[in-house]
Amino acid sequence: MHETARKEPLRREPDVTQALAADHGLKPDEYQRILDLLGRTPSFTELGIFSAMWNEHCSYKSSKIHLRTLPTEGPQVICGPGENAGIVDIGDGQAVVFKMESHNHPSFIEPYQGAATGVGGILRDVFTMGARPIAAMNALSFGAPDHPRTRRLLAGVVEGIGGYGNAFGVPTVGGELRFHPAYNGNCLVNAFAAGLADADRIFYSAASGVGRPVVYLGAKTGRDGVGGATMASAEFGEDAEEKRPTVQVGDPFTEKRLLEACLELMATGAVVSIQDMGAAGLTCSAVEMGDKGDLGVALDLDAVPCREAHMSAYEMMLSESQERMLMVLDPEKEAEARAVFEKWDLDFAVVGETIAEDRFLVRHGGEVKADLPLKALSGEAPVYDRPWTETAPPPPLGEIPAIDPAEALLRLMGSPALCSRAWVWEQYDHMVLADTVVRPGSDAAVVRVHGTEKALAFTADVTPRYCRADPLQGGRQAVAEAFRNLCATGARPLAVTDNLNFGNPERPEIMGQFVGCIRGLGEACRALDMPVVSGNVSLYNETEGQAILPTPTIGAVGLLESLDQVIPMAPGDGATLMLLGPVTGHLGQSALLWELWGREEGAAPPVDLDAERRAGEFVRSLRDKGLISAAHDLSDGGLAVAAAEMALAAGRGVALDQRSDLPALGWFFGEEQGRYLVAATGEEAAAEIARAGRIAGVPVARVGEIGGDTVALGESRLKLAALREAWSGGLARLMGEDAAG
Amino acid sequence: MRAAVIVFPGSNCDRDMAVALEAAAGRPPAMVWHKETALPEGIDLVALPGGFSFGDYLRCGAIAARAPIMAAVRAHAAAGGMVLGVCNGWQVLIEAGLLPGALMRNASLKFVCRDVHLAVGTRASPFTQGFGNGAVVRFPVAHHDGAFVADERLRVRLAEEDRVAFRYTDAAGKPAPAANPNGSTDNIAGVLSENRRVLGMMPHPERLADPALGGKDGAQLFASLAASLEAA
Repeated sequence: MHETARKEPLRREPDVTQALAADHGLKPDEYQRILDLLGRTPSFTELGIFSAMWNEHCSYKSSKIHLRTLPTEGPQVICGPGENAGIVDIGDGQAVVFKMESHNHPSFIEPYQGAATGVGGILRDVFTMGARPIAAMNALSFGAPDHPRTRRLLAGVVEGIGGYGNAFGVPTVGGELRFHPAYNGNCLVNAFAAGLADADRIFYSAASGVGRPVVYLGAKTGRDGVGGATMASAEFGEDAEEKRPTVQVGDPFTEKRLLEACLELMATGAVVSIQDMGAAGLTCSAVEMGDKGDLGVALDLDAVPCREAHMSAYEMMLSESQERMLMVLDPEKEAEARAVFEKWDLDFAVVGETIAEDRFLVRHGGEVKADLPLKALSGEAPVYDRPWTETAPPPPLGEIPAIDPAEALLRLMGSPALCSRAWVWEQYDHMVLADTVVRPGSDAAVVRVHGTEKALAFTADVTPRYCRADPLQGGRQAVAEAFRNLCATGARPLAVTDNLNFGNPERPEIMGQFVGCIRGLGEACRALDMPVVSGNVSLYNETEGQAILPTPTIGAVGLLESLDQVIPMAPGDGATLMLLGPVTGHLGQSALLWELWGREEGAAPPVDLDAERRAGEFVRSLRDKGLISAAHDLSDGGLAVAAAEMALAAGRGVALDQRSDLPALGWFFGEEQGRYLVAATGEEAAAEIARAGRIAGVPVARVGEIGGDTVALGESRLKLAALREAWSGGLARLMGEDAAG
Repeated sequence: MRAAVIVFPGSNCDRDMAVALEAAAGRPPAMVWHKETALPEGIDLVALPGGFSFGDYLRCGAIAARAPIMAAVRAHAAAGGMVLGVCNGWQVLIEAGLLPGALMRNASLKFVCRDVHLAVGTRASPFTQGFGNGAVVRFPVAHHDGAFVADERLRVRLAEEDRVAFRYTDAAGKPAPAANPNGSTDNIAGVLSENRRVLGMMPHPERLADPALGGKDGAQLFASLAASLEAA
């Protein structure tokens, strides 16, 4: 080790070769494309820029042609996919801005920081557009409950989500949690955020105007996240710096200040365009702003606020340090802008300017480090139509063992799949901002639009078991279940964001799952009038050739015109329960089969989208007529689980009738789609619901009653208290904690 | 009632507090930035809201307690003015030396957000005089560092001087161990100063002060404050 080397680290950059390009994840034909485009060999920094722009995450090269088939428009849509988040009109000049994004790999490596920075990233996507975040959700998938990694990942991810969201000050109001061995080597952390903005005060990333300052705002740039999957720092020489962790570290306090500073800055009129620095940091954000605005960008990296000494251009361009923003400002408002930055004690610097040519020019230390055609960086990125094969049908449904229905219910409700999630959401501040009207644990969470009588409903859904058995039906079902959860809460569904988690797209059977799910999602979004306004694709979720279950998570948002439109989940004592929707006793791919016997057999339940829509609209019409006091959707575990959940919410027992024309398990635990349980307000109401169902084309059956302290499934019964104990302590048992604590 | 809410850069319950104060007082409170050095004229109540004042990566509230505005808050308290610190606000008041004891990490080591029941420990304060005798109320908690710790001398003194404003209880008003969400000494959820005009508490009255949110027990605390001023 030479002393001089420490003070003045090697500036020599490695020679760019095809092998180095391959280390950056660029295929030989992709590297050739770069050579053809430039007519020369790229510099080291340029190679880094290309690798960042052309990787799967930024370019959507495997998914693009399929994503284009999704419906993205509707009268309610202000801005669909392509911006930081989708924007939907909610009337009165207001808009909801939302998106969901994955942070799977980082969370698997470092669960706390991986999940925390996932939350940070999605919050930035929302407030970059001028919206104040008002709700967050997360959809989590972990390996088998007894896998040695599961407890540590679950504990760390939940703590990280809470650690970031709680300090930032956004209520985390809902989400999903599942366990399946297919996620043993690859957990999923999908983070959703929604914000509120004035429809005419929305900010976009497209730069405009030549010669305007490009301003950097927020945390300093460090080496965290540089080329996570790309560059080995050993290439710099024998005195290579210690390897940095590739997972970034979140700082919610800086994010909170960044939020407030951005919103104040936007109010001054100084912001021309704005883009947060997420994946591939400065590279992606600068190119995005130039590309969308048909402008070039010249950056001078000497001005970038750095956390570490001697950072190279390559490192600065690829750093994924958190809590940073890039903006184009109106030069005439610089004094106001400066006052805002100083008030919030945030670093800011003019790091470049917009230029007229189609050029991305990066200078550092007086040298040109990159000089590229800007538009080509995104416009010329490769696009693949990858080969795919139809998903083979699942094994047929075999014989189902006999089991006492009440015993089956007790085991299901205490299972990690269906037990209470309070252990998770009590670690999230779900009430900050004092507008949470329906808290977690119901069909959809409801958050009041501050200062109004309106409210928004949020839910996140997908059933990966169905998606693997039948991608088309599974894709439909994810949207249908989200639709159902919104309707059961009384909301009118508005739109969705999709977070598509799949395995390696270079394998035709995985690509087949992707194509099938997308088709299903698209059909359902069209049929249910829920366009896709934003989303994220996460591919290569596999370890040692073992892919995750196809998991296209749907985050959905609905609107309630007034708070009295909320339909509670808890019925009153003596309420008559009515089942809306079809009855076939469908046990293929059911929670019962999987949780009790570890079997994944039979066809996924078919989704009739017209029937789904009729049923959802029917529930809201019953609410409008004052015929129901409570509603709940049917999903995993079917009728018995839905009734048990209503009983637990009400704190009273429930008695469900047996049906003579169906096997008991099919009747109680079948997972037919498009179904709800509603509580009629009285005898007359029950009769009126049946009549209205005939007219609306929705099957209606009277199935039981709320009351007492027993849960009865026909002749089979158990005490509500025993059910509550099994259900409420499920996650504490999984975590090996004292259930009483 | 003329109220001021102190806003630190990481405060996140400042708006919630302002909404609850406005509902009780009929006028919005002054929002006072932490870099200010003086309170507006004629302030009756200073409220320190919940949140993560300066990130709270070190001891919660330690940096906020040294913010420029805190000299004015101390002077206000010394002159007999009313001060309410909720959650992070209580942490700041302890760090500022305006209330005794310490707030440590929850016994569970986890953040906890849920409704809790509280017994009103004393009605002899402007904050609690409006509650019924032996009242049991429901407020939410949301904190990671809310275990109130008092040594034996302080514990006895707080009891003797009737300065425990709230205790965590079950729904029936019993301070059972299972009803203690964070491991606080004696289930203590809120403490008054010697002159009974400074209150620090972990639970959030401002979060259940509106029936649309599922309860309005919290509104009684703010109504009590407003009434005490009218009576004075």
